[in-house]
Amino acid sequence: MLKRIIGLFVLLYFPMAHAYLEIEITQGVDAAMPIAVVPFQGADLLPPELNVSDVIHADLARSGEFKLFAETNMAQKPSQVAQVEYAYWRNLGLEALLIGEVIPMTTDRFRVRFSLLDLVMKNGGTTPTPLLVREFTTDKHELRHLAHHISDLVYQKLTGFPGAFSSRIAYVGLQWINGKPGQYRLEIADADGYNPQTLLKTGEPIMSPAWSPDGKQLAYVSFENHRSEIYIANVSNGQRKKVSNSPGINGAPAWSPDGRKLALVLSNENVPKIYILDLATDKLTQVTSGTSIDTEPFWFDSNHLLFTSNRGGQPQIYKVNLTNKQVQRMTFTGEYNARASVTPNGEYMVMIHRNQGRYHIAAQNLKNNHILILTETSMDESPSLAPNGRMVIYGTVDRNKRVLSAVSIDGRVKLRIPTQDGDVQEPAWSPLLM
Amino acid sequence: MKLGLCLKLGLVTLVSVVMIGCASKPKHEADMEDMSGEGISGVGPYGTFTGSDLTPEEAEALRQQRVFYFTYDSSSLPPEDLRAIEAHAYYLVHHPHARVRIEGSTDSRGSREYNIALGERRAQAVARAMFLAGAQNDQVAIVSYGSEKPAVQGMNEEAWRYNRRAEIVYEAE
Repeated sequence: MLKRIIGLFVLLYFPMAHAYLEIEITQGVDAAMPIAVVPFQGADLLPPELNVSDVIHADLARSGEFKLFAETNMAQKPSQVAQVEYAYWRNLGLEALLIGEVIPMTTDRFRVRFSLLDLVMKNGGTTPTPLLVREFTTDKHELRHLAHHISDLVYQKLTGFPGAFSSRIAYVGLQWINGKPGQYRLEIADADGYNPQTLLKTGEPIMSPAWSPDGKQLAYVSFENHRSEIYIANVSNGQRKKVSNSPGINGAPAWSPDGRKLALVLSNENVPKIYILDLATDKLTQVTSGTSIDTEPFWFDSNHLLFTSNRGGQPQIYKVNLTNKQVQRMTFTGEYNARASVTPNGEYMVMIHRNQGRYHIAAQNLKNNHILILTETSMDESPSLAPNGRMVIYGTVDRNKRVLSAVSIDGRVKLRIPTQDGDVQEPAWSPLLM
Repeated sequence: MKLGLCLKLGLVTLVSVVMIGCASKPKHEADMEDMSGEGISGVGPYGTFTGSDLTPEEAEALRQQRVFYFTYDSSSLPPEDLRAIEAHAYYLVHHPHARVRIEGSTDSRGSREYNIALGERRAQAVARAMFLAGAQNDQVAIVSYGSEKPAVQGMNEEAWRYNRRAEIVYEAE
């Protein structure tokens, strides 16, 4: 059951100096679980961006899985289990309640305690059952990341799926100057758009950011020397090294699950083919051969790559076995399927799918090969799965500008991420960082 | 006239090869490079175009064209563009230290890395035409920007037709 919330945007924007990406829910789920996050006692004494319960509230609302009860309508604001008047919350039709407190230990260190209460009490009883009780101590500047971690715990407890709030998004920003592409920036922001930081600024294109499995390194393609080259950057200090600069195309880097190899595309000025680079030995192994375009490798598992190839005439997704090099076609619906990735549970393959001349993000159920088109816009590209496989972030066009959007894997929840200026493109969702 | 005819025949062959795009096997591409080798021996020094129907003035005028446009999903060059590319090649033949970079681009639809592959085909089409007309391998570099570096901002056919292109950039002139 879908409920369109058109024109009624839930704005999850924190008015902070460095905020850049706002995230708006444009389509929510009717069956979202009604819950309440009571403002944590003491949280309002912190700067707004460190207000733990506000951050959790925003995270959970943005997931689209929950309907958050508005704080302004709360007649009670308990911070401890003993203060909870069960009948009041139960009568509001809520199914779960999150309460907690933020206790200053020193001016720079804080303890955060919270309890997640089950108001449905399927097991009977008269008092709310604590589903989750935790206590953390952290430095002030880490309170926001702690809030995301709490959101992950709550999300997992209530939905059964791991959260993806403790993660980041890498993306490419493009500033137009006098009608021409002016400056390209490789940026990394928290998954909620907060705290964008620039890893690289150049007048030439940057593309295809790819996170290492441990989230500490980012591979990307840069044209800063008027040719394509692949670099690997250390995310925390920005230091980088060049790992590929063959003649012609150096593109589409993809980390192996163990982080020791990089699948990539080299054309050697002839035709693009898939290779695997061993990062420890620099040994390069060619995976695909022939005269077709082969690109966009994705590690299906440690012994199989998905890739895009036009060997059948039009771009389609194929899977190659790295041991025996056997290739199997994966897509049969539509004349254009590209840039595939697969959810961690192996259930869905997400890709760019052209339908009647329009480029959408689609998910193919790998059990029955049924394709579900997730987006309604027509110039969608660069789908990147959240580490829990529940959302896909992608690039699209809104009012003639490139923007990021996100959609849940079932297409029910849609998020819009408008930007102040310039184009924002090629999102890459990091692994879980906590 | 004989040499010019030779070149023209070469270009006609090139056009047909380019028309079928990279569906041709690399073996054919190697054949084409051999053909360009034959072409070199037939080209006189720049400014003495005996046997070519391009005067130095015409060549220089044609050389002003540095951007070549393509139709959707195609890497075929129209014959009138081949004349201009030939003029660039003549310049390279006459200026052995001159270097060009051919930048191939696509419009902004579809997958970015796949567009990189399509953009390289366009750059290759121009590079092959230049080799065929006598340019040396080390004088011509190619790069594909795919859809990463649009010439024109906009998300409509009017913008896209100017973005499906190959540009000749002189690194040394």
